[in-house]
Amino acid sequence: MTRGHVLLGALLALLIALPAAASPYVLSVATLILFFAYAGQAWNVMMGFAGQLSLGHSLYVGVGAYAAAGLYFHFGIGAWAGVFLAIAVCVLLGAAIGFLAFRFGISGVYFALLTIAFAEFTRIGFDHIQWLGGPGGLFIKVEHRVGWDLLNLRGAPAMFYYVMLALTCAAFALCAWLLRSRAGYYWQAIRENEEAAQALGINTFRWKMLAVVISAAMTAIAGVFFAFYYNNLFPEQIFHISRSIEIILGPIIGGLGTLFGPILGAAVLTVLADGITELLAALGWEFPGVKQVFYGLVLLVVVMFLPHGIWPTLARKLGVEK
Amino acid sequence: MSALLDVRGISKSFRGLRAVSDASFEVPRGSISALIGPNGAGKTTCFNMIAGVYRPDAGSIVFDGKPIGGLRPDQVCGAGIGRTFQIVKPFAGLSVLDNVVVGALERAPNVSAAKRHAAEIMERLGLGPKREQPASSLTLPDRKRLEVARALATQPQLLLLDEVMAGLRPTECDQMVEVFRELNRGGLTILLIEHVMRAVMALAQRVIVLNHGEIIARGAPADVVRDPGVLECYLGEEAEV
Repeated sequence: MTRGHVLLGALLALLIALPAAASPYVLSVATLILFFAYAGQAWNVMMGFAGQLSLGHSLYVGVGAYAAAGLYFHFGIGAWAGVFLAIAVCVLLGAAIGFLAFRFGISGVYFALLTIAFAEFTRIGFDHIQWLGGPGGLFIKVEHRVGWDLLNLRGAPAMFYYVMLALTCAAFALCAWLLRSRAGYYWQAIRENEEAAQALGINTFRWKMLAVVISAAMTAIAGVFFAFYYNNLFPEQIFHISRSIEIILGPIIGGLGTLFGPILGAAVLTVLADGITELLAALGWEFPGVKQVFYGLVLLVVVMFLPHGIWPTLARKLGVEK
Repeated sequence: MSALLDVRGISKSFRGLRAVSDASFEVPRGSISALIGPNGAGKTTCFNMIAGVYRPDAGSIVFDGKPIGGLRPDQVCGAGIGRTFQIVKPFAGLSVLDNVVVGALERAPNVSAAKRHAAEIMERLGLGPKREQPASSLTLPDRKRLEVARALATQPQLLLLDEVMAGLRPTECDQMVEVFRELNRGGLTILLIEHVMRAVMALAQRVIVLNHGEIIARGAPADVVRDPGVLECYLGEEAEV
């Protein structure tokens, strides 16, 4: 047991106890933090571990959300099955993007552009799928807000909170394991120097594909959660590039490639952004877009003073492993 | 001695500029051979064709009886050829140990076995005390050692060394020479590109001289350095070796 384990255990205990004490508002903010921590963790597999910059992760959130919501809306099939469809479709999409990019040597900024392009034309495409509501949106019937129907993801806010907490913990454990496995070593080698990695026998195409596919599958689950938590989906919102940016800000501010960075980054950003919005509202001021300006400021400060993110510095202060 | 590496008539052009032209040579099993020549002679291009970075325009490369021309770099590594880069390419964000572990994973069944193997190789190259440092903190001589350690960790039969002595002080150079001699005694075949003639003369049993993409001389080091053509194009009339 290291100090890191103790701190992690204490944090987990706190998070498990939270719904008993928290107001509905605090619980909703906490759920949102966990959502971004989880999605950030998924994105971090691609960028933080393997060095492949995706600026279109809203694609997987959106497609995952629509896949599960569509099944439920039209056929009454619950989220437990929808999640498999969501994962399958997103894995195929991720594999298609990865294949196009890595097979034809598209990397760096051009790869990032490709991921934006896929998210954008999927957004426009979904505007024309009337079966899934088109631009008018897809609405899932809101029912029993009190019970705990885990299989169908219908229930009280606390249930959603615990689902998101479990997902975040599982993603953390998965990433911790991946990082210490062969895949983790190979991804980091590719991230640091692809040519050297290849000279050491690494089939860079295969391992980059694996990173994209794992990241897409994880993000798809976030999409399923999103659909059943918010009960409404609009292509214009869910596929929007600002969604992708929101996902990646957490890991960047928290610490790229670290395990705890995405969680810390999501917490810092969401708490501060919501806090400022609330504060301004309480003062009777309303600025549309204040959140975005705030995100920009935080990013600026972190990039200038903590280029590796908050977590590596904080970890050193706490005396725990990065 | 049979040839471990047999290069036959390989050529490579870049936008009409002929970097290597119909070059043939072999590297006997268990030998240390050196590829020398002036800057721009095509030495590194030859290496890159062997290592799979470039596909030769013509010719064949046979390693251990199997054709490897046109394979990808990772497949060439898998076949048993390790290489270093002239311009070092450390995984800067990883620790020195983790750099070597990446190489060791090529043959190791799992990460813990790779870590053990990597630690052994680092001791051998004198990198042991620096294992936990980030690779970005290493000095140039240590980065060169790291290049060698990483390539060795893949357990090659043939090691391609691209100017690993450049930038080393004479004593450091002699230490490296000793390391390679010992590896060679252990059965490793080595092909090196080198400008530091001190190292070439101390190590190589055979020398191949490239100039303008063509092989102009080959043979024992003592003979090659007296070859008038080699003196003229590369070593200079006043060469003292």
